[in-house]
Amino acid sequence: MGTTTPLADKDRIFTNLYGFQSPDLKAAQARGDWDNTAALMARGQDGIIDEIKASGLRGRGGAGFPTGMKWSFMPKEPKPGKPNFLVINADESEPGSCKDREILRHDPHKLLEGALIAGFAMRARAAYIYVRGEFLQETDVLRAAVAQAYAAGLLGTNAASSGFDFDVFVHRGAGAYICGEETAMLESLEGKKGFPRLKPPFPAGAGLYGCPTTVNNVESIAVVPTILRRGAAWFASFGNPKNEGTKLFQISGHVNTPCVVEESMSIPFRELIDRHAGGIRGGWDNLLAVIPGGSSVPLVPAAEIMDAPMDFDGLKALGSGLGTAAVIVMDKSTDIVRAISRISYFYKHESCGQCTPCREGTGWMWRTMERLRTGDADPGTIDRLIDVTKQVEGHTICALGDAAAWPIQGLVRHFRPELERRIAEREGGAMMEAAE
Amino acid sequence: MHLVAECIFHPDTAELRERWGAFAFTDAHRKSADKIIARYPEGRQQSATIPLLDLAHRQVGEETNTQGWLPIPVIEYVAAYLDLPPVRLLEVATFYTMFNLAPVGRFHVQVCGTTPCMLKGSDDVFAACKSRGLKKGYTTPDGLFTLTEVECLGACANAPMVQINDDNYEDLDEQRMGAVLDAFARGEKLKPGPQIPRQTSCPLGGPTTLKKMAERNYDYRGQW
Repeated sequence: MGTTTPLADKDRIFTNLYGFQSPDLKAAQARGDWDNTAALMARGQDGIIDEIKASGLRGRGGAGFPTGMKWSFMPKEPKPGKPNFLVINADESEPGSCKDREILRHDPHKLLEGALIAGFAMRARAAYIYVRGEFLQETDVLRAAVAQAYAAGLLGTNAASSGFDFDVFVHRGAGAYICGEETAMLESLEGKKGFPRLKPPFPAGAGLYGCPTTVNNVESIAVVPTILRRGAAWFASFGNPKNEGTKLFQISGHVNTPCVVEESMSIPFRELIDRHAGGIRGGWDNLLAVIPGGSSVPLVPAAEIMDAPMDFDGLKALGSGLGTAAVIVMDKSTDIVRAISRISYFYKHESCGQCTPCREGTGWMWRTMERLRTGDADPGTIDRLIDVTKQVEGHTICALGDAAAWPIQGLVRHFRPELERRIAEREGGAMMEAAE
Repeated sequence: MHLVAECIFHPDTAELRERWGAFAFTDAHRKSADKIIARYPEGRQQSATIPLLDLAHRQVGEETNTQGWLPIPVIEYVAAYLDLPPVRLLEVATFYTMFNLAPVGRFHVQVCGTTPCMLKGSDDVFAACKSRGLKKGYTTPDGLFTLTEVECLGACANAPMVQINDDNYEDLDEQRMGAVLDAFARGEKLKPGPQIPRQTSCPLGGPTTLKKMAERNYDYRGQW
């Protein structure tokens, strides 16, 4: 069993999370970044991958796939003309998520050092960091950090005196949620529309420019240097088994002090909110529901979430998920149908249009949600809506269709009486009018 | 030509060809463009599509004193620059929401309306826009503001928020959003970021963690 006692400041990885101090190289080095990176790399590719595997690190972009294992899928001896690539996913666009932004603008050197080490471990020639288009200031900070790292010999030829040549390029997108899907990101990096690719082949076989590629989230890469410095056992000492580590939580919505904060995995929801977010607006009795992992995951009603552990498996057990740990809190003043309908609108807007069930289904689901919001529906509409979500879910190339279906399924699972009440109320109103 | 979304905008007319047919990157932008192309492997210059369209978008903005947009002849110029068929760039320009395909005003007011911002009062942010004559999908008659509702911009712990050209204004309410707009209308600019006394995404009232960092660049390694 891990620990959920308060995380000590010395065990926080992102010490400049709020940008109280400079993101520049000198300041970052004074905080411990780029400290003899060559010695970490001297453990060898397999040594690094084994350490990351042992740490229990699971991908921080939402899916939670073990990071070390992902790296081990890359070819150990790249073929000539087919170099390995690392692509870092900084296309943070999941509603509720705002953690990678803090790394990019306040601790960019953790990401760059992690990129070098991860790139070395997976025998990559270069890393491309794909930053969402709207992160303009964040990209400027990151570009400045890259320039500083090159000037100091930490990237490029014989990077950080390790004997390994490695380049890092920053690529900024132009506004498309779908580019956070790893194969859509590769398409976008190649200068095309962000249409997800059919898998297989998986990116580790044929990714960017047809070369073996691993796509990792910003946070997954940025924690790597600290894990290697402090050891897998240190990282694995936080959180429940199979959910180890520390994690950036992003708390938004109806809490007294919304914030981004690094905490132990598996911290109970109530502790997370009371310790860092000033409690629920209007007190705990005023909590209605929580979307614990970004807009894609189903909501969880107040009673179920209060004492739940905030980790992959704990939230899965509640029929939801940790996702990116973007915690959207809704108090009893919330129009819950509108809140979910607005998410449906988001997916309608962001569907790339490639697969018919998603392109047509997201629009249909949103329009139906809007009718349910006002009760302008018959009681059969709810079941018809669920039926359509099941026809979208699992029938598309990427997971956007699933992500559009799940929030609606969560709403109906937990708030069906509210939907029925609105329909009945409107019907009653119409009958009154007819009678008059 | 004040409309962005709600009336049909003809993107390829003789007037637009006349106005933009001779478009070419400035020397500074050409230098940037060539640097960008060099980031990608040889023969993979298509990868530079988004960054070069962004450069062109900005140059159009500079020439028209607006946020910028992409007239068809400009897209064709960038296509020629990258030695690609224009349709490849047109499909990119129409796919990504940050490329304006019709003229916009000096300030592009992009209010986030997605659920985390909605919960924290994006309706009030829109109300501040409305009371100053801004209407979704339109540019104000003085050419100053274009209002667009956008999807999550990734600043949810500082909701509600707006992005105006390259800057975020966060932790808004109706009055604070009004102050942001009024400053632009006066030709001034408020400091971007949170519009309440708050350090980035740190809890209001001060950090609950890493308090030493607020004072100096602290090195925690001594306690490992």
